[in-house]
Amino acid sequence: MTPETLDVDGLLDDPARRVVVCCGSGGVGKTTTAAALGLRAAERGRRTVVITVDPARRLAQSMGLESLDNTPRRVPLPEGTPGELHAMMLDMKRTFDQVVEEHADPERARQILDNSFYETLSTSFSGTQEYMAMERLGQLRESDEWDLVVVDTPPSRSALDFLDAPERLGRFLNGRLMRFLTAPAGSGPLRLLGAGVGMVTSVIGKLVGTQFLNDLRSFTAAFETVFGGFQERAERTYRLLQDPGTAFLVVAAPEPDAMREAAFFVERLDSDRMPLAGLVLNRTHPLPEGPAARLGPEEAEQAAETLSCDGGHPVAEAALRLHAERARTRERELLLRDRLLTAHPGVRVTEVAALAGDVHDLTGLRWVGARLAGGGPATEGAADAE
Amino acid sequence: MSECEHRSPSSWDPCADARLHIVTGKGGTGKTTAAAALATALASGGGRTLLVEVEGRQGVTALLERSPLPHEERPMLSAPGGGTVSVLAADPESALMEYLELFYGMRRAGQALTRLGAVDFATTVAPGVRDVLLTGKATEAVRRREGHRGRMSSTPPGSPFAYDAVVMDAPPTGRIGRFLDVNSEVAGLARVGPVHDHAERAAEVIRSERTRVHVVTLLEEMPAQETADGLDEIAGLGLHPGAVLINMVRPQLLGSADVEAAHAGTLDRASLVAGLAAAGLPEPGDLAAGLQGELHTHAVRTELEERIRGELASLGRPVLELPRLARCSGEQAVQRLAGALTEQGVRR
Repeated sequence: MTPETLDVDGLLDDPARRVVVCCGSGGVGKTTTAAALGLRAAERGRRTVVITVDPARRLAQSMGLESLDNTPRRVPLPEGTPGELHAMMLDMKRTFDQVVEEHADPERARQILDNSFYETLSTSFSGTQEYMAMERLGQLRESDEWDLVVVDTPPSRSALDFLDAPERLGRFLNGRLMRFLTAPAGSGPLRLLGAGVGMVTSVIGKLVGTQFLNDLRSFTAAFETVFGGFQERAERTYRLLQDPGTAFLVVAAPEPDAMREAAFFVERLDSDRMPLAGLVLNRTHPLPEGPAARLGPEEAEQAAETLSCDGGHPVAEAALRLHAERARTRERELLLRDRLLTAHPGVRVTEVAALAGDVHDLTGLRWVGARLAGGGPATEGAADAE
Repeated sequence: MSECEHRSPSSWDPCADARLHIVTGKGGTGKTTAAAALATALASGGGRTLLVEVEGRQGVTALLERSPLPHEERPMLSAPGGGTVSVLAADPESALMEYLELFYGMRRAGQALTRLGAVDFATTVAPGVRDVLLTGKATEAVRRREGHRGRMSSTPPGSPFAYDAVVMDAPPTGRIGRFLDVNSEVAGLARVGPVHDHAERAAEVIRSERTRVHVVTLLEEMPAQETADGLDEIAGLGLHPGAVLINMVRPQLLGSADVEAAHAGTLDRASLVAGLAAAGLPEPGDLAAGLQGELHTHAVRTELEERIRGELASLGRPVLELPRLARCSGEQAVQRLAGALTEQGVRR
């Protein structure tokens, strides 16, 4: 099966393209992919900003920055680079604070920001990071300062969390529980519940403590006024993600778990009508061109056995066993890829061969970018030889 | 494997007494596979172990190529010598319901809370509660004695434990500290009451000498770095670090002299061509060029891996290696990896 090739340069060059979202499960190289795409876009003339959620300083350092924070910083690029690259790391609490400050009058904002429940919500609500990543994306997109915003999504428990988080938060804040906790006793929908209101409150109180309940009540009262604004923003961001100016790249490593997650993602994007540009298959092990590409694992193994009986060619024997191993790895990778493509025909693919080490500098990011765009040397060995 | 000489046979010993094995590691390192192999190795020779997953991903059933599990314990794997591994896909919602029923006899209240969204609240909005419910499931299984379920008060201390060991497929290194630090997490939420007590009991097990936190890694830079950071964080929380499990280790095919030669590009092409010709392969010259490229890649990689292996060894934890299995998957792979762990001295 020969998959259709994902035209990464076409994607980055299109002036109508304003947002690229890299998603996929943890440990597949999303952050590096996002940074490499950002660099490539900048070198192709676009004013680009990369939002990362990865706190590892390594990435910042590879871009020549000491560290990253919630404000985009310009990455020093060689003179004559036609575009610009800026990078920032999501600070979810700071982003959340800004949204509150923007939507509430100063006094109410203070009430919210000082509430201990808000502290929990803004730092550890599962999904806050995902929600705030999307919020920040919306802000940067709306500022219109950038030609292209490239987003690295959080390594969620479920790779889909960032699509669901805004809705889940909204459902919670606007949900029956919150109305229940803040409504006068015996009113509204509570009569329908059958269970005694007092009992339910007391169970919640027992479970989480009454102080927490009080914090929650005052938080809800203060937050109610800004909630409409929140929800509206979340909806706007969701629509932005569906916009044809947005492109999703699903990043995966050729391992069963990551590929399974990738397939879920492809399905989910489809059902949410989000524009999928294609699949980035990272860290693959392509075979060298020429006769080595045609030498299958069994054949190589057999030849190695022959040499092993005769003795006298230890290096050739090892080379053949190594090739057998690599060819087998390759077969497995193609099987995983084709399984996904059979289930989801028409998904465009680009492949990036495994590097021996991590990417440490702009040269490394540039190499990854070239591979993403389907050019450059095919294997890391060739890159080292440059 | 040529690395065997690095390992002393006693390296696992400090972990052999552990009743709870918590398995973490960077995302993508194969925590679930490693945890399943460990649970199987610990069950071998007639043992009973429980493998608990807490990430709601049904990773174990996916690994074993079976359909998803309901949220209850069931035997799923047999270990060499008659042991059994049970699997539990722990879920905060059902844990909360079970908990309410167990301690309050409040199934109805539980249902009312569900309709209100309170369960959603407790399990997603208040992540401390969620983590306590999940760690609580694992620690309850650690403490459970035969013939009794749940209620600690009614457990006769003399009867044998229901499980010889419990293995938890835990969240990744990035979230493990917060996940295991149940006490301080809940301190901000529930200062008194049953959730607080529940957290106390869970924390007691987690802090015990008989709980070990193992870190899964690959011979790659980022996972190795996260392993070092993770072990520091674990020790900093007053928990007991266990072993470093290096996953997906590739076989050593070249001697170190050949690795150096391949890296330096001084490997003798003519002898490679001669060898390929002797094996009767067509186009030996062009084939040799291709294979030489692969050898070079392999050599670069091997040298990097050796450096990382040294860094991991210097962390002062027992190091166990799990081979990369190219030709098998599912239960067969788990059994093979469990065998590799047993060979390296893993026992209970």
